[in-house]
Amino acid sequence: MAQSSFKIEGKSAIGQFLTYKPLIHELVMRDLKVKYRRSFLGYVWSVLNPLLMMCLQAWIFTVIFKSNIENYPLYLIIGNTLYTFFSESTTIAMNSIISNAGLIKKVYLPKFILPISSVVSSLVTTVFSFAAIIIVMIITRAPVHWTILLAWFPLLSMFLFNCGVGMILAGLTVYFRDMQHLYGVLTLALMYATPIFYSIDAMTPEVQFMIRLNPIYHYINLFRCMIMIGALPGINTWFACISSAVVTMLIGLTVFRKLQKDFLLHI
Amino acid sequence: MNTEDNIAIKADHISMKFNLSQERTEAFKEYIIKKLKNQLHYTEFYALRDISFTLKKGGSIGFIGRNGSGKSTLLKCIAGVMFPTKGTVTVSGSIAPLIELGAGFDPELTARENVYLNGAVLGHDRKFMDSRFEEIMDFAELWDFVDVPVKNYSSGMYARLGFAIATEIKADILICDEILSVGDMAFQQKCKKRMEELLSGGTTLLYVGQDPQTVEEMCEEALWLDHGHMREYGPSYKVCGAYMDYLDEISQ
Repeated sequence: MAQSSFKIEGKSAIGQFLTYKPLIHELVMRDLKVKYRRSFLGYVWSVLNPLLMMCLQAWIFTVIFKSNIENYPLYLIIGNTLYTFFSESTTIAMNSIISNAGLIKKVYLPKFILPISSVVSSLVTTVFSFAAIIIVMIITRAPVHWTILLAWFPLLSMFLFNCGVGMILAGLTVYFRDMQHLYGVLTLALMYATPIFYSIDAMTPEVQFMIRLNPIYHYINLFRCMIMIGALPGINTWFACISSAVVTMLIGLTVFRKLQKDFLLHI
Repeated sequence: MNTEDNIAIKADHISMKFNLSQERTEAFKEYIIKKLKNQLHYTEFYALRDISFTLKKGGSIGFIGRNGSGKSTLLKCIAGVMFPTKGTVTVSGSIAPLIELGAGFDPELTARENVYLNGAVLGHDRKFMDSRFEEIMDFAELWDFVDVPVKNYSSGMYARLGFAIATEIKADILICDEILSVGDMAFQQKCKKRMEELLSGGTTLLYVGQDPQTVEEMCEEALWLDHGHMREYGPSYKVCGAYMDYLDEISQ
């Protein structure tokens, strides 16, 4: 016998996740279809966009600022792609509750499905845009290392981290809409605090210490090590990736659970 | 079967309290300032007070009352969208909420895509919806527009698609909020017929309607809500009769 739908509320997050997997699938499909439906080039944009962005930045930083990082185009496009994954997925997740207000006012759903499916959609577009990274690797004749097979690991860590951040933001934004305006500035600040177009080695030790507190640096660094250098970094990087991802995810779930009770009265 | 197994919905002394703040503090600045000035005053408002009823499987209940009497809030508590401040709602069986037809449709998507999306919202996967797709489009009579984005639909077409999906997935419990007033007359008749079929097939129905006559026709039992209180609860002909007398009285 099917049980009461509200009892699902008491189920573990993983149990709910499995029950509503078809919904996540449909929501992700919706996001992807709606995102590219009206545009002429459609999915090509998720490859073209990072390439164009990289060309622009590569030109600015090599011609104007004289950067001397080896294979700078590849260095740039990896940093950009992963950072875009973070900023895009968390921004969409932040607005996911408010933009689906019509739905959750009328039908019961576990609400954390909404920020999570936003991050999943963004993950799918990020994986599409890896084609751009491969194109750059071919053009710059970058050697292919076996460690590329492990590149899913930093991506998965980042996915969990983004889900956690996304849930915290989604919950807070329902109560304080100011987050929507503030977050654009925050992601910009965080972008400069992440070595995307510069190298951490060029910084003073104090600044290096600060940068190492930023989890996004570790995900990007690990990814670059695997693709560009072909060597695996020490245990510290792995530990930083796993712990920041899992802790953020758990905080996100806890905060979101606390906040979701009164969502309906505020949207 | 013992009596416990036979009950689809049991609402046990539910109350719903809202804090009506004068202005909603959505901005952080306002919140801090008001908190500091101790100006966060709320007016308490009970949308529902101490409502209890039980509905057996396959039964039907209609909620009547004037605007703002708490009918929709009650449906939302039963659908699990809201949580009552006090009391409990126990539901056994799957629910199809028709609180608003087509809730969760994405205007950019076509009818075909929205059928699957809406099905997933109601907890059904692609395979299940595949098996229902033809019947849904047949009932909605929208085959000509199956690949048109629903933003180009008229509100009647929109409602037809929503109704077709929610009734075709054959949930155990159907929650309807004044939906029979949508579409043209022919479609309204079709909807009524569909509801009767579902009822005789063992579906449990919760219905909100403005028109006591429809409620009397559709439902065995009725509950009359007045400012969140239960004014009368019993067989629908009795409650609806009393409600109509009341309406006559106040309109004089």
